[in-house]
Amino acid sequence: MSIEVRSVSKSFGSFLALDDVSLQVGDGEFVALLGPSGSGKTSLLRIIAGLEEPDRGTVHFHGEDATRRDARERRVGFVFQHYALFRRMSVFENVAFGLRVKPRAERPPETDVKRRVTELLKLVQLDWLGDRLPSELSGGQRQRVALARALAVEPKVLLLDEPFGSLDARVRQELRRWLRRLHDEIHLTSLFVTHDQEEALEVADRVVLLDRGRSSRTAPPRSSSRSPPPRSSSTFSAR
Amino acid sequence: MSAPRPREPLAVRLLLIGLAFAAIALFLVIPLAAVFVEAFRHGAGAWLAAVSEPDARHALKLTLLVAAIAVPVNAAFGLAAGWALGKFRFPGRNLVLTLIDLPFAVSPIVAGLVFVLAFGRSSLLGGWLAGHGIEVVFAVPGIVLATVFVTFPFVARELVPLMQSQGTDEEEAARVLGAGFFTTFLRVTLPNVKWALLYGIVLCTARAVGEFGAVSVVSGHIRGATNTLPLHVEALYNEYAFQGAFAAASLLTLVALAAMLAKAFLSRHAGEEAP
Repeated sequence: MSIEVRSVSKSFGSFLALDDVSLQVGDGEFVALLGPSGSGKTSLLRIIAGLEEPDRGTVHFHGEDATRRDARERRVGFVFQHYALFRRMSVFENVAFGLRVKPRAERPPETDVKRRVTELLKLVQLDWLGDRLPSELSGGQRQRVALARALAVEPKVLLLDEPFGSLDARVRQELRRWLRRLHDEIHLTSLFVTHDQEEALEVADRVVLLDRGRSSRTAPPRSSSRSPPPRSSSTFSAR
Repeated sequence: MSAPRPREPLAVRLLLIGLAFAAIALFLVIPLAAVFVEAFRHGAGAWLAAVSEPDARHALKLTLLVAAIAVPVNAAFGLAAGWALGKFRFPGRNLVLTLIDLPFAVSPIVAGLVFVLAFGRSSLLGGWLAGHGIEVVFAVPGIVLATVFVTFPFVARELVPLMQSQGTDEEEAARVLGAGFFTTFLRVTLPNVKWALLYGIVLCTARAVGEFGAVSVVSGHIRGATNTLPLHVEALYNEYAFQGAFAAASLLTLVALAAMLAKAFLSRHAGEEAP
């Protein structure tokens, strides 16, 4: 499902977080939203997910205006920066949550829930950790549980907020490649936020720059003919 | 960070530890033991007779009834306050935060007087209620109101800072996954604060059972009608009926000891909930 953001503005108090931002993510595309901290990336992601309302502008899913649609009905998978796993639930129950809270008529039977959660945990290579609590996992493992949980409800769109932000360099490398491979497998329309230029270029099909609340330009796509970084700026903490 | 190893000579250490134990014995253990010694001075039979005498039984029943109303009311209020103040920012939030602590700041006697003034027969509200056959002051409703007021902050004080530090990430995650308000509350918010809630309820119960000052003002001390257990203790004591007073006091002390044990157990779990 494609995402289109049209002229969205959002301010918090006197701070203008987003200033007339437009953005398009095609069906099945993997786009990175790159910008320094405070550039409004997360706000934009939250507006797309329905967790925040824009002051002006609209959000369209598959051509339909979804600006007024509740977050619960947007069919969006959201991976939070700090994972936001349910701390009192096992890994299994975390992933099963989205299936268990469906309205009675759509709720799958317990056997299906089990099968689906096991599949997802296998997909993120954590099927052996189903009984653990989130606090017993490493950062990288939590990240993958968060992803499995987001995928459980078969979202039409996947939004990731600094998915590798709080991981150490080696794990980050691994997870990046793994996420890229995963996208190549399932082709889910994905938008991920990062402040790391190298990461954006390595993982995404296309990079969109956001600076001080404005989307400035779209960088060339990720391809075999790797192009130079779209813009050199000291504010990007590229390693 | 681990505590540095003690370097003081053995004698100093023993002295300090000895002093600490002496202080605990003097201020806590001896008075506590005295309650039970006095209560059982004339044997278990006399104790049983004193606590099962009609006025004592009535006082016990009334105390339990008041706690059974005040505690759930304040648990519900505390949860609502914790949720609203812990998870949201809104104008007037700081004012509400300050007001929650008001019952701690106000002397219980003043709290009691406020209810007498507000609901007494000479007041507008009290007069109207009396006209409809509802007695508040010098009756059970007044005692319940005063107890609710005094125990108001216990649960809220546990929950507001905890819910604030836990943030709203998990609730947002639940919402994006399709969970409605009540589902999110029951499956995510409540389990995350379960132990702190129980902890607050224990403190609230202990105070509701033991409250003297505010209740004393609104109750009117009508024996067999509006005397709670603490008031019953005082009444007997003033009449030099020490046996009965200490027997009733031993019941209150048992409640306090049970609350302390529960508190010690719960505080270990409540500590796990902090993020």
